[in-house]
Amino acid sequence: MRPFRALLDRPVSATILVVAMLAVTAFAVSHYPRSIVAFMLFQASILLLYFARMPAWLKALLTAAALGGLMPILGSINAYYMEIAIQVGIFVALALGLNIVVGLAGLLDLGYVAFFAVGAYSWGIFGSPQANQIFGGSFFPLSPAWFFLFLLVGVGVTAGAGILLGLPVLRLHGDYLAIVTLGFGEVIRVLANNLDKPINFTNGPKGITPISRPPIFFDPLLKAVGIDASPNVIYPLYLYFLVLLIVGVTVLVNRRLEDSHIGRAWEAIREDQTAAQAMGVPLVRMKLMAFACGASFAGAVGVLFSAKQIFINPESFTFMESIGVLAMVILGGMGSIPGAILGATVVTVLNLQVLKGLSLWINDLRNQGVEIFGYSLANLPTQFEPAKYERMVFGLILVLMMIFRPQGILPARRRVRELAEAPPPTEVV
Amino acid sequence: MSALLEVRGVTKRFGGLTALNAVDFDLEEGHIASIIGPNGAGKTTFFNVFTGIYLPDEGAVIFRGAPVLGRRPDQITALGICRTFQNIRLFGNMTAIENVLVGMHARVPLAFWDVLSRNPRWRREERGLWERGAEVLGVVGLREKANELARNLPYGEQRRLELARALASQPALLLLDEPTAGMTQGEARSMMALLRRLVGERGLSVLLIEHNMRVVMEVSDRVTVLDYGEKIAEGQPVEVQRNPRVIEAYLGRKRWAPGAGTGAAHA
Repeated sequence: MRPFRALLDRPVSATILVVAMLAVTAFAVSHYPRSIVAFMLFQASILLLYFARMPAWLKALLTAAALGGLMPILGSINAYYMEIAIQVGIFVALALGLNIVVGLAGLLDLGYVAFFAVGAYSWGIFGSPQANQIFGGSFFPLSPAWFFLFLLVGVGVTAGAGILLGLPVLRLHGDYLAIVTLGFGEVIRVLANNLDKPINFTNGPKGITPISRPPIFFDPLLKAVGIDASPNVIYPLYLYFLVLLIVGVTVLVNRRLEDSHIGRAWEAIREDQTAAQAMGVPLVRMKLMAFACGASFAGAVGVLFSAKQIFINPESFTFMESIGVLAMVILGGMGSIPGAILGATVVTVLNLQVLKGLSLWINDLRNQGVEIFGYSLANLPTQFEPAKYERMVFGLILVLMMIFRPQGILPARRRVRELAEAPPPTEVV
Repeated sequence: MSALLEVRGVTKRFGGLTALNAVDFDLEEGHIASIIGPNGAGKTTFFNVFTGIYLPDEGAVIFRGAPVLGRRPDQITALGICRTFQNIRLFGNMTAIENVLVGMHARVPLAFWDVLSRNPRWRREERGLWERGAEVLGVVGLREKANELARNLPYGEQRRLELARALASQPALLLLDEPTAGMTQGEARSMMALLRRLVGERGLSVLLIEHNMRVVMEVSDRVTVLDYGEKIAEGQPVEVQRNPRVIEAYLGRKRWAPGAGTGAAHA
């Protein structure tokens, strides 16, 4: 591990290593599109890129090339990878939003998925014929172009919902706050489930469909270049880039907030709210701001989720989802942006790929009648499929993490600043 | 001349217990005043009243002509009163300089949009914040520890960091709750020298709660003695030191000579 680390610490060797890893793994994926191992190695090489020490511009360039170039290409070879990438993106944005509330401000929110639902339903209702049930007539669905406006509407509405949740719980903290947010999450889900009477807002458990997708406004451009792809090919890529854009904005906003007087005030509240207030931090304002900011990311990504799925129903917004996102934040490292990103990726990939892949593999072995120590796997009952133990494995990983690395995979690191030399203050770089 | 801080008839009851009973108190600008008294005398309650943590049942607190009571703690800090805590309450997982920067929160004129857009205004302000933060750390001699986590600092330095954090809010009145508790005589003396310098250079006024009598007598312009929530004496350190009621509050009456104690108290 140590020579490897040393390799990553020198810019030249690190660049060569990372580029080679990316190239080899991408090549491997393109040649073995069904190999989960190859795809995971590709993901690992992106992680390697994060750890490599190299000039910031080069890192940005390589990241853009990997996520904006290689990933879509691999995704068009195996469409399932694109789906995974989009889901990872959605959960990364969710984890980053929750990271503000839980990681920075220390307000334990167990109902975070409610905001995701609010965002999803805001486009789901108006981007489908569902709104006609409320207003009558046949004006809806809105034209797909409204989708982009609704990304902003989603942000606004969920920020409002965040404040709405924040107001009654301002006086609470710790366990009490957690319980109230849990209740809030359930309230939103139950509302979605039951608001089909007397006025049909949400269509109840049957869910809403079909929800418009964003318009392919660049279609003429594609035709001009001579690409005539069917929407089925374009949409996964299109949604992927939209997710990428949202994640990019989320990361940017997160970083700017974190590294400012607002972020410091949030952390101060997390550390000791009485002292924070005594030092001049307005508790109410800052807490509401944390709730609103965290919620708004979920709103934007919720709008996108509904467009991606075409169909939404309350089942997508259960308590388990809230816990899942919280687990991502904790697993990655509370209050850490890279941690939240990695946590979301690891958990999503684990659920979608690793455990399912293991099941497939064991199935293969069973079908081939492979024997281990004289025991034929053909006799292995189907109950032993790893996919059936998804939650158990996930839970085990959480338990082990909390025992051996409670601070998370990539814990928040304090920024070390070079201060100007002692007075008279002079600029020293 | 009106005082910087005027406290009139402040009473605070906790159920049946009267923690403060009609306390009057004045603090002149540029003075160091101390509040002393036995444990449970109501000193910290007194502090909590004019930092907005408790609302008293009766009375008024005027700071620079503005009423203090009914304001939130952060508003009172913005007004120019800032405090430290008896049991150090730093933001442990933040660095020393970040602790100081939080102390400046009330003086940051930036809006949400400035932070999101990182416009020139933000850049300028943020750079100014860090420079002033480093300067304040320099005042308490912690400049070299700027990037250390607050919880990793030794005890004496934590006390000084708490002072720096309070100073960062640019208060006119500094409230220090036992600033030398747990310090050695040497540390306590350098702390007091620092306080005197701050008062001299920055025109700060300081109100102390302190148990260390040597410190109190050395540094204070005026001393106020609380006992069972009542002000029993006030004046210059030497006067207070000789006041029989004070001696009685601290040492108790002579039990073996009934009557003598009461007589002495009114002498």
